[in-house]
Amino acid sequence: MTRLFTSNLSHLILFVGISIMIIPVWMIFASSTHTSSFINTHGLQFFLGDSFQENYLRVLLYKGGFFKEITALKMFLNSFIMATGVALLSVVTSLMAAYALVYYRTKYATFLFWLIFITILVPLELRIFPTYSVMAKLNLVNSYFGLIVPISASAIATLFFRQFYRTVPDELLESAKLDGASTWRFFIDFLVPLSRTMIVAMFIFMFVFGYNQYLWPLLVTSSEQYWTVVMGLKMMSGSIVHRFAFVIMSMVPPILIIIILQKHFIKGVFQDK
Amino acid sequence: MKKVQFKSNYSQYLFLAPQLGILLIFLYWPIIQTFRDAFTIQDAFGISTQFAGIDNFLFIFSDPAYLTAFKFTIIYSFVITLITGAIGLLLAVQANNVMHGKSAYKTLLIWPYAIAPAVVGVMANYFFSERFGLLYHLFNDLWGFNWYESVYDAYIYVIIAGSWKQISANFIFFLAGLQAIQVSVIEASMIDCKSSFRRFWTITFPLLMPTTFFLIIINITYAFFDTFGIIDTTTIGAPSGETRTLVYKAYMDGFRGLDLGSAGAQSIMMMLIVLFITIFQFRYIEGKIHYN
Repeated sequence: MTRLFTSNLSHLILFVGISIMIIPVWMIFASSTHTSSFINTHGLQFFLGDSFQENYLRVLLYKGGFFKEITALKMFLNSFIMATGVALLSVVTSLMAAYALVYYRTKYATFLFWLIFITILVPLELRIFPTYSVMAKLNLVNSYFGLIVPISASAIATLFFRQFYRTVPDELLESAKLDGASTWRFFIDFLVPLSRTMIVAMFIFMFVFGYNQYLWPLLVTSSEQYWTVVMGLKMMSGSIVHRFAFVIMSMVPPILIIIILQKHFIKGVFQDK
Repeated sequence: MKKVQFKSNYSQYLFLAPQLGILLIFLYWPIIQTFRDAFTIQDAFGISTQFAGIDNFLFIFSDPAYLTAFKFTIIYSFVITLITGAIGLLLAVQANNVMHGKSAYKTLLIWPYAIAPAVVGVMANYFFSERFGLLYHLFNDLWGFNWYESVYDAYIYVIIAGSWKQISANFIFFLAGLQAIQVSVIEASMIDCKSSFRRFWTITFPLLMPTTFFLIIINITYAFFDTFGIIDTTTIGAPSGETRTLVYKAYMDGFRGLDLGSAGAQSIMMMLIVLFITIFQFRYIEGKIHYN
């Protein structure tokens, strides 16, 4: 009896928690399917209206911004390029750097580790103006390169890969060495396939990290052609329902990725079996 | 460390080169520049630069706006850590408790993690605007809530906006922590102790310590750095600068005020805080908790 009671109580608490998460997003979505004049007189809505298609198509295809030069569709493309670039670049460089840290015997090992570890202490927000002036000197403002590379200057993934490599049994390298595998072959043929789950987890983590950047794109893009979705939210002009629609659309890509790949993400980050 | 390794040769540096190259140009170089900014003063046109010693640091500590931002950042990190940790733990314990629907609950609670803080802020704005904000009017009817004028109401606004998505991260990590506790430990404790409430606080919670401390660090860094997008899309510091975080203030001073010396000194102060928290975690906490 008490068992049944506590179990129902658990469901109730979880239901309340989920409601707190879902209701605000649902209300913005429901409101985004009405007309602006209706929202302006009646406030936020709980039930769907009839203007879904009209509002969302207009937001995607209408040229907004200060100079009316960019559509939301282009912003999604920019965000996608930026997020994929950040994820690919940081995963590949981290995978390699962690390999050099774990699989080589050198007297500089501790120094090299700290050189990389120390970067965790200095997030981009703390070096944003100097980074900008470096970008300006290298003439990289208003480019995809400028959006991507400074965000990829992060060693978080390196630490995760290092941790993972250290759990790989020593026998693997021993037998690979007996077979005459070179350092490069061992990396490509043995270690990379073995790290698949971790690679997927880090890719998702860095993709969402790149997609969600706000301050850096704001600073490094003066041309509207390079605006991303998350920074564009504040800059886009338009009526209230179009803003609602844009907010909802901006959430869709990272949420979909997290939900679809959540098993890999959780497995990698927590290193469960 | 590994017992079997390759001997160090040029190929080791080939593997390190891509990451170190990026870090060198886009991380170490800007950090050195930050230190140069912090210890120099530029004239208004950026033509001449003079060594200033610790003047920039003395300046920020004599600036009441900096002390206000400092106080707010401490309060904000503390409250966000407490609220999101407590709710995250409560939900994780319930999800670990139920027989059916565990993975459905996981999916239904994991997604807010993926939303950008700036997007959360824009959304919160709709619920807290005077025009049609439901929460604004609800709180206004209850106690005359008005974040445009009252500091405490502005705190409530940015705390709700800042906590919302972070509950999700706390939930995921606590649930993983709970699932890592061995069933035999829990079964043994069930024999010894009938009260599930006491069992939780004397057995389960101490075993969750590593997760708890990890989350404290995660939540503090979130409140320090990631909330920029939330502040910039909600109060923008309203009523009059009381809800500016340290990162927000440094950005405003550097970008709007073009005072790179002060922005640099503020960045270095924040680096010291992060360094302090990290050392504290490694030295003090890691030594005192039990890993299973």
